[in-house]
Amino acid sequence: MDPAVSAVRVAVREAVHTLSSCEDGDRVLSTLGSLKRYLSGAESPAPPGEQEEFARVHFAAVLRCLAGRLSPGWLELGADDGLEELCASFFLEGPADQAFLVLMESIEGAAGPSFRLMKTAQLLARFLGAGRMAAVMEGQCRRLGEPASPLLQETLLTKVVGLPDRLANRLQRENLDAFLPQNYFPLLAEEMVRVLQAVVDSLRGAVTLCPSLLVPPNLEFMLFSLHPSPPTVPHRPEVLSRLLGNLVIKNKKAQFVMTRKLLFLQYHHSVRARTPMLQSLLGYLAADSQRRPLLVQALKGLLETWGSASAIRHAPLEQQRYLSKAVLICLARLGEAELRDSRDELLASLMAGVKSRLDSSLPVVRRLGMIVAETASARLHPEGPPLRFQYEEDELSREMLALAAPPPADDSPVEARPDVPLPCRLGPVAETKTKRSIGWGDDELVPYDMSGDQELKRSKAPTYVRDCLEALTSCEDWGRWEAALRALEGLVIRNPAAAREVSVELAKVLLHLEEKTCVEGFEGLRQRALVAVVVTDPAPVAEYLTTQFYALNFSLRQRMDILDVLTLAAQELSRPGRLPKAPQCGPPGPAPPPGSTVAPAWRTVVEERIRSKTRRFSKGSARRGRDAGPNQFNVVAGYFFFPLLRHFDRPLVTFDLLGDDQLVLGRLAHTLGALMCLAVNTAVAVPMGKALLEFVWTLRFHGDAYVRRGLLSAVSSVLLSVPGEQLLADLPDELLEARSWLADVAERDSDEDCRTLAIQALLLLEKLRDRLLALAAP
Amino acid sequence: MQVALGVSPWDGDGTAVSGRRSVDPLRRRLAEPQVTALPPRMAASPLPPPDPRFVLRGTQSAVHALHFFGGAQGQGHPLLLSGSLSGLVHIWSLQTRRPVAILDGHQGQCVTWLQTLPQGHQLLSQGRDLKLCLWDLAEGRNAVVDSMHLESMGFCRSSVLTRGQGKWMLAMPGSGSDEVQILEMPSKTSVCTLKPEADAKPGMPMCLELWQAESSPRPLLLAGYEDGSVALWDVSERKVCSRVACHTEPVMGFGFDSQKARGVSGSAEKALAVWSLDEQQALQVCKTHELTNPGIADVKIRPDRKILATAGWDHRVRVFHWRTMKPLAVLSFHSATVHCVAFATDGLLAAGSGDQRISIWSLYPISSDSSTSSLGHVEHREVGAHALA
Repeated sequence: MDPAVSAVRVAVREAVHTLSSCEDGDRVLSTLGSLKRYLSGAESPAPPGEQEEFARVHFAAVLRCLAGRLSPGWLELGADDGLEELCASFFLEGPADQAFLVLMESIEGAAGPSFRLMKTAQLLARFLGAGRMAAVMEGQCRRLGEPASPLLQETLLTKVVGLPDRLANRLQRENLDAFLPQNYFPLLAEEMVRVLQAVVDSLRGAVTLCPSLLVPPNLEFMLFSLHPSPPTVPHRPEVLSRLLGNLVIKNKKAQFVMTRKLLFLQYHHSVRARTPMLQSLLGYLAADSQRRPLLVQALKGLLETWGSASAIRHAPLEQQRYLSKAVLICLARLGEAELRDSRDELLASLMAGVKSRLDSSLPVVRRLGMIVAETASARLHPEGPPLRFQYEEDELSREMLALAAPPPADDSPVEARPDVPLPCRLGPVAETKTKRSIGWGDDELVPYDMSGDQELKRSKAPTYVRDCLEALTSCEDWGRWEAALRALEGLVIRNPAAAREVSVELAKVLLHLEEKTCVEGFEGLRQRALVAVVVTDPAPVAEYLTTQFYALNFSLRQRMDILDVLTLAAQELSRPGRLPKAPQCGPPGPAPPPGSTVAPAWRTVVEERIRSKTRRFSKGSARRGRDAGPNQFNVVAGYFFFPLLRHFDRPLVTFDLLGDDQLVLGRLAHTLGALMCLAVNTAVAVPMGKALLEFVWTLRFHGDAYVRRGLLSAVSSVLLSVPGEQLLADLPDELLEARSWLADVAERDSDEDCRTLAIQALLLLEKLRDRLLALAAP
Repeated sequence: MQVALGVSPWDGDGTAVSGRRSVDPLRRRLAEPQVTALPPRMAASPLPPPDPRFVLRGTQSAVHALHFFGGAQGQGHPLLLSGSLSGLVHIWSLQTRRPVAILDGHQGQCVTWLQTLPQGHQLLSQGRDLKLCLWDLAEGRNAVVDSMHLESMGFCRSSVLTRGQGKWMLAMPGSGSDEVQILEMPSKTSVCTLKPEADAKPGMPMCLELWQAESSPRPLLLAGYEDGSVALWDVSERKVCSRVACHTEPVMGFGFDSQKARGVSGSAEKALAVWSLDEQQALQVCKTHELTNPGIADVKIRPDRKILATAGWDHRVRVFHWRTMKPLAVLSFHSATVHCVAFATDGLLAAGSGDQRISIWSLYPISSDSSTSSLGHVEHREVGAHALA
């Protein structure tokens, strides 16, 4: 055996033994000093052979031992003599890859937040700050002669790439800035550039190096470090092309990363960075004729996922948005001929996707379907009639449509950017300005806002409820019809007695009312009138409406109107202080309350006397606290609630709540929840809660997120509205079942809102339990 | 005893009013010093619709006639005259915003037209009692010094033209339903009766304007008729120079800019018509401007000829740029038909409405820099002169 080898071994073993057991500060320091000799660049270095042997075999063991000893007590031993600094120097000066691995290992191995963990993390941060990552990478390139073990390289790579995630997992809230992706990846990129520079320099200097070791395996981490760092690396397809060349075609792994992983899954970046990343990625694929087939392939894959019903149902909205954007960018980048070749396939998945998207009850999903369908059909079927959906333009649609426009010619990358110097863009503006000032000298009068200039309605509004009814049913004079519609709500509120005589009839007319002429705010007017009718005469009208909800010949729109109206009317009825307003304003009521029949005479005399003797500096408005009154909803809540639960599981020819009409089912669940909530403090709350929990229980695994949201909010409203004692007394089993379901949803549901709602309901349950326990304890 | 510390809006001056926490916007405006702010030029979004500078209440009936009086000549503060449906003429001080005097001379019948004469403090008022009264307002007097009987039962407002040396000419609807009578005042000598040709059948005259081109002493009369046409009469020759059909409904009012030889008329229909006089004294319609709601009761062009205002049956006053007819503002404050609008020489705009209120607006202040406007004068005077050659 080589004597150097054994000498080093003996020395190291002894040192490690001392370090791990000795509590004497001086001895520790001297041992470390002797070990330090083996590091390159020490003051009195050991022979090179021993140094090499130490670095190759023993260094990691020493570091591990050091990392294990990092505790306040141990560091105290040599605090005055810079023990901590000395330890750190081992990590910062020794072979970088081993130091890095040991640091990562000890961080990941730590049981929980501790002094040692924090110290190690700080050490790692120093390691990064000292530019040692370059040394890690350089070390990999310099391995000549002995091939680095692929396993070690793989481990190193994973650790380097996954550093931010691992550290964030470990340190949680204590995480250091240096480990955040937005700081770490730019740093990594800079270090890579430095290493590449060094590689180039040494190639020029004819030192044999092995750059091939650097490039291919590091591809993935290059990609990872490129895309999440918008400030340092420009998001340009051409930069990506220059960096990667045609690697995607040659390397299976690269292809997978580029066309599957990044395209389908990397939607977690900040919103700002997401679109540029897609642009550069897809632009890179489109930039070369050899890569273009990959783009077509990517589009096929994207469209397939985009259109798959299960993906729509289960994928988070963010991802769906990301996919839709990717589809649009692909379409914009592909040529006519390429699209024509695979038109049938693309169209098939597009159509399937549009159908399932339009069926969704989430507006965003529908909107995405519409936008993508419009653009895609225009590109795939340019000769056919254009597909147009009705949707209101908003930020999302504008952004998406901007993506669909073909990209500017990217061959002139710098000049075409918007950061052109200002003067040349200002040219035409200045010109028009001077033209104005010459020709239109006195035109400086700025118009005021004239949007309020509407046409004046001249038709005379009916003054009786019955007139309104007649005008709405049999009128050919549209001015009068509109005036009647506008006047109806006020009339019903003002003459409740007259309205009650025709309430059901009115409700029928209003429910079937169609917008025959264009009336601004028609929906709102109709809805408010219906609400007024329900409020005026709750029991019969609510009964009528709830039976109509399950009747045969209604559109989904009308059914949802019924639900909305019922909710709004219940809200109005349960509003405290709704009724006492009238007697308060009017003259003193004719009939004093039965209990206080004799009171007024002497009280007025006394009040009069007090008033005459009191001097007031100011008289505030005579406002009394709201008079308490019975909740009017109490009496009629049953009429609103129970009939809606009656037939939901019995499909009609035109109406299948459990089938296609899940949108209405979702709305129904929300409405029931709202009614439950409004029935707080009423006598029927308990049976209502019971029925509602049963309803929720039957539907709890519904596939549609909107329905589930409705169910979850219904559970919350049951917990809020039904008194806690009653809940536990009457529905203990239901509560237990609901609880396990809620916990499940809170953890696993794909929809974020569902998870939040489930957590809210769970919190309510907890609170309820705590309160009851507190009650039971004393 | 109870002491109210809140200040009544009616006692004390405006500053006391502004000390209150919540003051209604109109009153707050009352309290503000009279500074007219220039509208910001580079506003990205349109300016919010303006509010009236202040509102005069207390006529107790619909306002049918408005006329500004004085102010610019340096003879004290400007006054606003208003004629109401109940036959009263209110003289408002624009400083105190209270009536200075109330004239009652029309037997409770609607006052349709008010006009002051340049010399003396004389006021002409026309009422539906078929009388034209001449008031003396000098030194606080308010007495009818003269009155004339009108033959016409129509709503046509008269017009005057000052001829110098205390003489003036008056055009008023005549005894025949389609006639206009011209009188030499103050002698009340009937100069002539302008009667359309037998086959013209324009209906009643609805509005009149006597004017005179600066280059020529011959008086001219513009008359809007019931059939929607506007005619130009040469008074001394008693013949129609030109007539043009501007509207399909009766012309309710027009404004005429003699320097640009251009006018604008409003009618019961849904559009304004802009017409002009060419060198041959021929009237022609330049363009029409579509409105949101039908019915214009009155049209006035501001004395500096920058903007014009219309009084709408739709309760709104509309302000347009006179040269381009670009809509500038829709003043919606009134709750009933606006019957009349008037401009003061300093640019103040008044509108009188069936809701018994008079709103005063201050929009697009007249610029003190008169260089551009005098340029305009010269330019358009030439056109006017051509028109009369």
